[in-house]
Amino acid sequence: MAKRFGFRKLKKTAFIIATTAFSLISFFNLSSQNEPEVQDEEVSFCLSCHGEETYEISDTVTGEYAKLKMFKELQIDLLKFRQSTHGEFKCTDCHSADFEEFPHPLSAKAEASYLCLDCHGDDEAYASFHFETIEEEYLKSVHATEEGDDFSCWNCHNPHAYKLSDKTPGQLGNRIAENNSVCLDCHGNVNSYYSLIGREKTDLIKSHDWLPNQPLHFSRVRCIDCHAATHDSILVAHMVLPAEDAVKNCVECHSTNSILWGSLYKHQAMTTRNELGFYNGMITNEAYIIGANRNYYLNVISIVIFILVIIGIAIHATLRYIYRHKRNAK
Amino acid sequence: MPNKRIYLYPVWIRLWHTINAILMVLLILSGLSMQYSNPDYPLIRFDLAVKMHNISGILLTVFFLYFLLAIIFNWAGKYYRMPLKEFGDHIFKQVKYYTVGIFRGDKPPFPVNEQRKFNPIQLLSYNAIQFLAIPLVIITGWALLFPETIVLDFFGYSGILLTSLLHVSMGFIISIFLIIHLYFITVGHSVTANLKSIVTGYHEVEEEDTLAARTPESNTTLDKNNKTHTKNPKT
Ligand code: HEC
Ligand code: HEC
Ligand code: HEC
Ligand code: HEC
Ligand code: HEC
Ligand code: HEC
Ligand code: HEM
Repeated sequence: MAKRFGFRKLKKTAFIIATTAFSLISFFNLSSQNEPEVQDEEVSFCLSCHGEETYEISDTVTGEYAKLKMFKELQIDLLKFRQSTHGEFKCTDCHSADFEEFPHPLSAKAEASYLCLDCHGDDEAYASFHFETIEEEYLKSVHATEEGDDFSCWNCHNPHAYKLSDKTPGQLGNRIAENNSVCLDCHGNVNSYYSLIGREKTDLIKSHDWLPNQPLHFSRVRCIDCHAATHDSILVAHMVLPAEDAVKNCVECHSTNSILWGSLYKHQAMTTRNELGFYNGMITNEAYIIGANRNYYLNVISIVIFILVIIGIAIHATLRYIYRHKRNAK
Repeated sequence: MPNKRIYLYPVWIRLWHTINAILMVLLILSGLSMQYSNPDYPLIRFDLAVKMHNISGILLTVFFLYFLLAIIFNWAGKYYRMPLKEFGDHIFKQVKYYTVGIFRGDKPPFPVNEQRKFNPIQLLSYNAIQFLAIPLVIITGWALLFPETIVLDFFGYSGILLTSLLHVSMGFIISIFLIIHLYFITVGHSVTANLKSIVTGYHEVEEEDTLAARTPESNTTLDKNNKTHTKNPKT
């Protein structure tokens, strides 16, 4: 982990940023030893600018003062950051310590950011996530092949908000919404898409209008369930395929051996078993997919009723036939 | 032997009934294809089944509303009225007829006449289907067509699951009704007598069962809207 720096508590509005690297260095020397406190201090130091709509700078020498706009893309929500998977971190665990200077020096900006694998690669503690396999899969995805270095894990895993999704039952709807918002933040947002490839974004609603009840599908299945190739050892598929390879055949989901058991419902499928007598019973409380969910008992009952009705009719018809002949014979 | 024809199924009912029957068969076939969808043995390809089911369902609704309005503003409503007090007794008599009397060649306890188109079992089942099962299947069907109107989470259960369960159960009940209905068509004066009635509109009855035979003057007591057409094929 990166070396920790400390800061003196500084009131936001009265915060004076030295215009020279020299004067900032002197701040560092006043660092305190209390670690969690310190970490909070560093975060609030960065967020005194990056957590606000505006920030102020002034020159200690000339006394000149300016209030400037902090652009949306550079703003960070403290609450979301704290709740995120890496929310315990301080900013300089991932960013160069040179960012403590302002204006941020080029050396800080030029430094390549860590990738997931830099920290998680070959780490026993995260073996269950199979980071290496995810990376292999990602490298085969359209995003990696089409966009190359312009695209990385961070484009989908917002470094300041990414949260491991809640897999507890009852959270299915939220999990899908969060997951899809990752894709929609880019594919549904002209600004972020355009800035990446500089050409016109297609209309997702239009390109998915072949899907009946398109809004329901988008709120009940994930984009990746149709767009990514699954891999047995990883929970969330990462190999996003070109659009022409996406699932378009309804019965791939709407049948008892639905592909969704291996993707969207994989976690539930692995942790719960067929207890309720439902085919694919683990998710039937939270979702219903015609053709895929069948209640075993209802199936049996309806077949039994059907057969009884047919037998009853057959007996009645035969008796009618026999008795009529008897009567006619008389 | 039947010796009189009464006009029981006016054109509007026959029109409704024919369209309804065709739509129901389409709905059942496409519904079964979706419910038991199997990529290897598709009865009807899934996406086609969805389209077929949606279109038939919408048409069915339109024709059902037409039926309802006709029942309310036309003379046919009276045939659907159930005599609440003695109804249990009537049902019992009719069940006894279907399970015993019919084989012995007994006369039906509730023969068709101008006042009574349906026997008690028909009355009960037509009412249950027309005013319970079909409305429920239509309401749940429209809800599934516009799923954003359904609460997605109903005390931890998918609202769509519950709506769908009701829809499919009613569909099943209607299918069972259809099978029994088809069988009972053959239980007339002759095996094809009832089928002929719903095609031509005329039902063959025995003179002494008809209203005219028992109370000759009652025909005149029916008001203008309640006019029934009687016609004797032999004259
Ligand atoms: C005085 C306000 C202020 C403070 C304090 C501040 N920043 Fe910044 N930061 C900015 C502004 C303004 C920009 C955009 C202009 C630029 O890139 O220099 C920026 C840009 C950035 C960028 C984006 C650089 C790029 O790639 O374009 C990063 C990363 C960053 N800051 C990190 C930090 C970190 C980490 C801290 C705390 C150690 C911090 N900043 C503290 C004002 C501030
Ligand atoms: C887990 C590592 C991590 C932590 C912790 C982290 N960042 Fe970042 N940050 C990144 C990465 C990676 C990027 C580059 C994102 C990209 O390339 O899309 C980034 C980008 C930025 C940007 C530029 C905005 C952008 O979208 O390019 C700013 C500003 C920033 N970080 C500020 C901060 C501040 C302030 C903190 C502390 C509150 C912080 N970061 C904590 C990893 C981190
Ligand atoms: C700077 C090093 C660093 C980088 C870069 C980093 N992580 Fe982490 N990550 C950690 C640490 C340390 C933890 C443990 C945090 C904790 O337990 O509070 C962690 C935790 C996690 C967890 C949660 C594990 C659990 O059991 O809750 C996931 C998932 C995760 N990281 C995914 C990622 C992904 C995806 C990326 C890249 C987009 C990434 N990380 C980048 C250091 C890093
Ligand atoms: C195209 C977008 C995208 C890219 C690129 C991407 N991911 Fe993901 N990743 C996701 C989504 C969406 C999830 C699911 C979030 C959730 O619901 O937990 C996810 C989940 C994960 C998880 C958690 C899996 C679990 O068990 O819950 C890990 C670990 C992960 N990604 C690592 C990576 C790594 C490493 C990279 C880069 C090599 C990467 N991701 C690139 C979209 C992406
Ligand atoms: C940061 C922006 C961004 C994010 C996030 C993102 N994408 Fe993409 N996606 C792109 C870009 C850019 C392309 C490349 C378009 C091109 O070059 O044709 C692309 C291409 C695709 C394609 C191929 C389109 C085609 O025409 O073949 C699919 C499918 C796709 N993305 C799905 C997803 C899914 C699913 C997610 C969420 C897991 C996601 N994307 C997340 C930006 C993004
Ligand atoms: C039911 C499966 C399914 C779901 C769910 C789905 N897609 Fe698609 N998507 C497709 C198919 C199939 C195509 C190709 C359409 C065609 O070829 O006519 C496509 C096309 C695309 C394209 C390329 C066309 C374009 O508009 O640029 C993108 C990008 C895309 N989808 C993104 C997404 C995103 C983001 C989501 C989640 C919000 C999503 N898809 C959800 C099946 C799906
Ligand atoms: C599920 C679909 C069907 C429903 C809901 C249904 C309903 C009804 C109803 C309500 C009546 C009484 C009409 C009236 O008010 O006069 C009736 C009569 C009749 N139906 Fe159907 N029907 C269906 C399908 C069929 C089919 C497929 C056939 C045969 C091809 C058929 C043949 C008949 C006949 C012959 C009668 C007249 C006999 C009688 O009154 O019982 N029906 N049906």
